[in-house]
Formats: sequence, structure tokens, C-alpha cells
Amino acid sequence: MTKPAEFYQRDTARHPPAFTPDYKTSYARSPRFSLISLDQGVGEVTGPTFGHGDIDAGDNDLLSNYAQPGQSPIGERIILHGRVLDENARPVPHTLVEIWQANAGGRYRHKNDRYLAPIDVNFGGCGRTLTDAEGYYHFRTVKPGAYPWRNRVNDWRPAHVHFSVFGTAFCQRLITQCYFEGDPLIPRCPIVQTIPDPDAITGLTAKLDMNATIPLDTIAYRFDIVLRGRRATLFENRMEGT
Amino acid sequence: MMADDLGYLKETASQTAGPYVHIGLAPGAAGFDIYDCELGWDIAGPNAAGERIRVQGRVIDGTGSPVKDVMIEVWQANAAGQFAHPDGGGEVEDGFRGWGRVITDFQTGDWAFDTVKPGPCPGRNGATQAPHLNLWIVARGINLGLHTRIYFADEGAANAADPVLTMIEWENRRTTLLAERVEGDGPATYRFDIRLQGDGETVFFDI
Repeated sequence: MTKPAEFYQRDTARHPPAFTPDYKTSYARSPRFSLISLDQGVGEVTGPTFGHGDIDAGDNDLLSNYAQPGQSPIGERIILHGRVLDENARPVPHTLVEIWQANAGGRYRHKNDRYLAPIDVNFGGCGRTLTDAEGYYHFRTVKPGAYPWRNRVNDWRPAHVHFSVFGTAFCQRLITQCYFEGDPLIPRCPIVQTIPDPDAITGLTAKLDMNATIPLDTIAYRFDIVLRGRRATLFENRMEGT
Repeated sequence: MMADDLGYLKETASQTAGPYVHIGLAPGAAGFDIYDCELGWDIAGPNAAGERIRVQGRVIDGTGSPVKDVMIEVWQANAAGQFAHPDGGGEVEDGFRGWGRVITDFQTGDWAFDTVKPGPCPGRNGATQAPHLNLWIVARGINLGLHTRIYFADEGAANAADPVLTMIEWENRRTTLLAERVEGDGPATYRFDIRLQGDGETVFFDI
């Protein structure tokens, strides 16, 4: 049996550190000791698999998946689409992509969100899909609104959509947020600015994609996601004969 | 998306799951029904082999307070030490998924999940790993999901030979990965509290 190969080391310069003082909640929720480096074994290079029996075909359409019959949510209609690739630039097919977001007014349908912008009766705010054989995914939704949050006294989140992606291995598991090109709140946001590398922030910014728009209907943004790549060689490193 | 000189891409940066992670990953808990089937509530279905166990605990922050908006994912082997994946060491039984999600009670921070106790599984270079559950923890204030493991305190001999536990340089920190058996009626129950920071800080892994 071929032994599975391990995944490339995470580039810590791309990811936010655990302790980021301007994002105040990280103070008490960040480990103080360093993470202990673990050689990947079978439980790290494997992960859950999902199929079309797990989700429904309409789960990726946030314009309709919680709307009353014949109605749709208020807001700018968008297609949010892209590919899931790995660091070797290969597509990650048939992987689960889940999203959640505020409505066009910046309000989440969540019992803990008390922001004064109203709930939209036609908008749930979550969706999920599987990438196709080429790693491609798409959602229809409304562009989320900016909203204030309790951090410094006057912090506002830029418009964003939360993404959860699996890949093929538990060590690839990733949750992130997608922002929208041109939003002036991006450089002011303490959560965005937890990321030390400006290029990595650019990578979280969806680009206007005119070629994917549907004329007179829906505007489009493109957001590609890269998961950790995998070595071509096997991971046993004991010398022969020992 | 720009490839580097060798043609590699860079991994997408992580961002916190935020306070409303439940909307996307456990909408019923957020307060609304939208999907016919929420994912992650069936780690080990009725047909799965092995001892039924419950694992319960809290996630505690650096002030000593319970974290009430955390989401934990579990990834584990079955009772025969196999993962439900093509590279997982063998075919698992129908109904065993080995993956699940659990969120905390918003008022108390308590969480619990039901599963089967995993068997030992192969480690690297011919070693055997003691029974364990792999966890991934995300929440508001956690910028990159935290990986840790639950081992079982009543597996003393297997734990003493486990290549991951014994690799942890500080022996007094190894106990942060041990779930203690709780005496009582009903299914076997283990207690596992996760301390994000401070006294008894849980060991987290860079994998």
C-alpha cells in the first residue's frame, strides 16, 4: 500500500498570530505557549469526506434558500465564485465549502446579534456546496453590509463573507473571511489587520469579475482559495534496516 | 492569484470564525432551520462498532471564564483504528463517519458529544498511537483554528508508549491531553476541559 505523503509546513508569516492586541478578544483566548510541532500521521493527512447526499442542490443559493415563495432578500444581488486549489496549484475537487454572512443591512440572523439593523425575513445568511471536478464553486447571495462591533469604541467590519473549507485532510482545515475589492474599511479593520502580510490580505479580497456577471441581473465577484499542498514523497523517514 | 518562481501558490490566510460561526455551521443553534440535514451530529451512527462514550467539558479562557461561543470539530478512528478516508487504514463500517461538530451551550459554555471509543492506530515509523480523538477549535478571538488531542486517562499503558504524548518535552503538560473517566450511570463518560491560556494551558499542536 502506498503510504500517504505529508503536507507542506504552514507559512506562519501568512497567518495571523494568536495574540493580536488590536483585536481585543484575542487577549484572553490566545495560547501563551508555543504550539508543539507534530509530525503528521494518519489522523492529520486524512479528513472527512462529503457527498451530494449530505447537502441539497439549492443550498448554494442564498437568494432563495430562506426566501418566501416568490420573494427574495433585499440587497445587491451577487454571484460569489472561484476555485479551491492547493499550494501545488492543483484543484481540490468535491470538497465542502460553507459560507455565512450578515444581510445587506449588516445584521446576522443569530440569537446573539442585537444590532439595530433589521432582520430580512427572506434571508438566512448561510450556504454550502461541493466543488466540482475542477475545484470550482459558486454561490448566489446579496452583498453583506458593514456593521459596528464592540472592540475599540468605533470599529466597523468591512463587508465580508465567512468561508469554511475542508480539503482532503484535517491539517488543511481552514476558516477565513472574504472581503470585497475597494472597501475603505479593509485597512481600518483590526481583524483584517491581524494578518501581517499585505499580500495575504489581498488574497482575501474578492475581485469584481465582470465576465461572470449576468447582465441586468447579478453582479459577480471572484474569490479563489488555496489550501495547503502536499509533498510528492512518502513520509516514513526511518532508514532502511533500522 | 500569483504563483511564486517555482510555481507554488501560497495558502489562503486564516481569519477568526467570529461570534456567529453557528449561522454557517450549526444554524439550528443560531436560531433557525434552513437545511434538511445539518452536518456533524453523527460521529458514530448506531451501526458503528465499539464502546459508546460521551465526552464533555468546557473551553476556558485566560481569565478562567468559560468560552460560550466556541465550535469544536472531532476527527477520529473507529474502534479498529481506521479513519473513514481512502488513506485511513482500511474500510470502516457503515454508519461510522468519524467526524463531527459540537458547540457550547450559550449560557454555560458546556459541551458534550457522543461517539465510540477509538482503537489504537498506526503511528509513524512503526509506532502505535494510543486511542485518541483529534480536535480542531475555532471561536471569536481565535485567529487560526487550534489543533489538540483527547487521550483517555484509563489507557495508562498505551498512553505511556504513545509517540505524540511522549514527544511533549514537558511531562507535566502531557496530562492536559488526558480525559478523566467520570463515575456514574449511563454510558461511559469522560471529562475534558480545554484551557486556552494560563495555568494548565492545554497543549496545542502545529501540524
